[in-house]
Amino acid sequence: MIQEKALIFELSHPGRVAYSLPELDVPELAADSLIPASMLRSEPAALPEVYEVDVIRHYTELSRRNFGVDNGFYPLGSCTMKYNPKVNEDVARYPGFAKIHPYQPEESIQGALELMYQLQQDLAGLTGMDAVTLQPAAGAHGEWTGLMMIRAYHESRGELRDKVIVPDSSHGTNPASASVAGLKTVTIPSTDKGLVDLEALRAAVGSDTAALMLTNPNTLGLFEEQIQEIAAIVHEAGGLLYYDGANSNAIMGITRPGDMGFDVVHLNLHKTMSTPHGGGGPGAGPVGVKSLLVPFLPRPLVSKKEDGTYTLEGGNEESIGRVKAYYGNFGILVRAYAYMRSYGPEGLRRVSECAVLNANYMMKRLEPYYDIPYPGICKHEFVMSGTPLKQYGVRTLDVAKRLLDFGYHPPTIYFPLNVDECMMIEPTETESKDTLDAFIDTMIQIAKEAEEQPELLLNAPYGTPVTRLDETTAARKPVLNCACS
Amino acid sequence: MKHRYLPMTEQDQQDMLKTVGLNSIEELFKDIPEDIRFKGELPVSKRLDEYALTTHLSALAAKNADTDKYASFLGAGLYDHHIPSVINHVVSRSEFYTAYTPYQPEISQGELQAIFEFQSYICELTGMAVANASMYDGATALAEAGSLAGAATKRSKLVVSAAVHPESRQVLRAYARGLGLEIVEVGMSNGVTDMAELAQAVGNDTAAVLVQNPNFFGSIEDLAAIGDLVHGHKGLMIVSANPVSLGLLEAPGKLGADIVVGDAQPLGIAASFGGPTCGFFAVSKDHMRRMPGRIVGQTVDRNGKRGFVLTLQAREQHIRREKATSNICSNQALLALCASVYLSVMGKQGLIEVGNLNLQKSHYAAARLAKVPGVALPHASPYFNEFVIKLPEGASVASINAKLLKQGIIGGYDLGRAYPELEGHMLIAVTERRTKEQIDQFASLLEGCL
Repeated sequence: MIQEKALIFELSHPGRVAYSLPELDVPELAADSLIPASMLRSEPAALPEVYEVDVIRHYTELSRRNFGVDNGFYPLGSCTMKYNPKVNEDVARYPGFAKIHPYQPEESIQGALELMYQLQQDLAGLTGMDAVTLQPAAGAHGEWTGLMMIRAYHESRGELRDKVIVPDSSHGTNPASASVAGLKTVTIPSTDKGLVDLEALRAAVGSDTAALMLTNPNTLGLFEEQIQEIAAIVHEAGGLLYYDGANSNAIMGITRPGDMGFDVVHLNLHKTMSTPHGGGGPGAGPVGVKSLLVPFLPRPLVSKKEDGTYTLEGGNEESIGRVKAYYGNFGILVRAYAYMRSYGPEGLRRVSECAVLNANYMMKRLEPYYDIPYPGICKHEFVMSGTPLKQYGVRTLDVAKRLLDFGYHPPTIYFPLNVDECMMIEPTETESKDTLDAFIDTMIQIAKEAEEQPELLLNAPYGTPVTRLDETTAARKPVLNCACS
Repeated sequence: MKHRYLPMTEQDQQDMLKTVGLNSIEELFKDIPEDIRFKGELPVSKRLDEYALTTHLSALAAKNADTDKYASFLGAGLYDHHIPSVINHVVSRSEFYTAYTPYQPEISQGELQAIFEFQSYICELTGMAVANASMYDGATALAEAGSLAGAATKRSKLVVSAAVHPESRQVLRAYARGLGLEIVEVGMSNGVTDMAELAQAVGNDTAAVLVQNPNFFGSIEDLAAIGDLVHGHKGLMIVSANPVSLGLLEAPGKLGADIVVGDAQPLGIAASFGGPTCGFFAVSKDHMRRMPGRIVGQTVDRNGKRGFVLTLQAREQHIRREKATSNICSNQALLALCASVYLSVMGKQGLIEVGNLNLQKSHYAAARLAKVPGVALPHASPYFNEFVIKLPEGASVASINAKLLKQGIIGGYDLGRAYPELEGHMLIAVTERRTKEQIDQFASLLEGCL
């Protein structure tokens, strides 16, 4: 059995240090002569006392208990876990990018502004939008930013529109973002083909419709073929169309949200543009808009002056204001820009072609062994259902846990909510046919195991640092910190 | 086309299409109506090979003045602290940085434990019972705290001090507009929140008072008094704290804070032109189930062995959808790891020592700058590592900073940018990285500019 890993606090030995600080080279004054004693800390913070080797070994050991794209295949649907190029990590660490302050004089940050300006232009070109803000820090943050602009737009026209329509397959952030923007969610069902139900949409729109939020391809990996009609229905009712860019890895250079009829789009640079997920973040969620929404964009934007220099363009009375301190997750923007430049126009299209072919290939090969609720052609991802395994007492969760023993990260499971025992598979373009074949063979083997030795799945995983964890007790009797002091 | 990140060969493509039952790539996209297909070349920048890419980006980076080459006295929310070398080595472990959110706990114990330790560190520094796994930044964390206060008190008025970071107040306003919360601002006197004005503004309709400590001017607020005032009206006290100050300053939790937020950038995170940094969010036990964002909890596996999982998820958007406490999904986990490694390196003694270095050097700098003819220190309130100087009548902060830049110094923040009444005032940050020599040079160059 693999040993329990100590907490860093449990490694502490009074007197050990891991820090090295500059000398105090000015005369020292008593702290309580500078700050009233009542404002000074009464007890030192109980931080661990360790030396540098402890720190490195501790975090190295933690890293060995973690699984990233560099460890193996990560077909996590809707998350676009593609390879994170190493050169992008290098360039983001250049001191000229990593060690600059947003309030420096503009003449001393021209390179940063130029990069942001070019990225604004490139993302607008990619999505078919007129202007882009780089401020939002993540996809959900971008959704909220877009909805706030939509709300401000309707208000500026003296219209009270507070309903946001989302399909039942939408990501949870869509309705949550609507709530934070002060808007109400109306959920409409999908058709049995997994697409937006036009009749339900027609019935849902009205004079209170602020927007429809949609991913296209949708969460099932299907392209909404009737997108132009969807757009017309929403626009005719006076609403706007919001494109959730979570699935844009399927369409680069093939079709653009702006051309489909969308008015607002956010992109997840940590999905489509390969910036690493970091174990949960940071991401970046730039938002592009059509000209009608430009006045409402968060400020500042980067603009180019006639003399060729770049500037931060400030206030606009109609702007929704600022959605994040400073100008966005700049370090992520640098990586995304490097990614886009590594491919160029043709390369980005090829990315989407490969991502879509990989997904279709996997779906075809897995079809005889799992239930494919929406057969036909998918885009960058597809869903399968584990319902055929239920007869053996095995659920999708057990399939996922068994995959861990083979060195794979499982697909997204139990999402979208409208597919029973759902598994959502997104291979991305950076995986080779060999990798896909090996994974498929494993999935076939697991399907056989489910039939022949279901207990093998029910008790999986076996080779991981811990076995299945008691999540119920964790939530009922929360232990959320080590209570060291 | 060939590309180093794309493994699909011509042969692979043919074989795979055959399996799918198609003849061409085009057929994969036949469900996309013809008239919305993009034709021609995408209007994006041209492709660069790896060498051309690094050359291009090096050239862009070289156009920026970075703090390896310049001595910076600029803070205003982002500070030029020493970043221990080990941090970059840890966060460069690709098991951490190429992982997704730890949805599969059995293969994510490393990240989960790291977050659990981060939560423990934040609780310890702030004196609060519960912390989450991170927020986008300090500004959005403050806005989310306002949202929590509105929901917890069922009141809609937020009273915010003008001594809170101007951009945090802008973000708070944007969120408040969405959530239907009212923002009332109170002014300051002597560099701290004006207590008389605050007493006027706070009433039985106040959800919370939001202050920053040390505040935007570097001054230390009287949190205990502010807490008493708002608690007298059954409202909450929200404190945005600079975490590196908490080695020296009393934990806000011990002074009555109900919610403590802030930006962890001073804890070993590069300024990076303002992001990515890492917001933190901590509350008293009462508000645990109203927290935004991810939270890691300790539990046991089937063998009784300690392990960690994402928990209390019934608050979150993927479960509750429109009823979630927040819409946050992706956070700033990798930067939370930076902060954790920083605190592991600094330890009990180091955090006190770095705090004292900041305290001593900033006070030396203030005394030294006050000797420059015409320069005054307008505030008498205590401060940590940042303070305000008033320049002589007619002096322009922007033109002084332009001159300083030519001498290798990034000057302080021009307070006139955000506070018209403070035209001609400069906000100066002095961290442990500034030497006596640099401070003296800054003072004499400033004297030369006046």
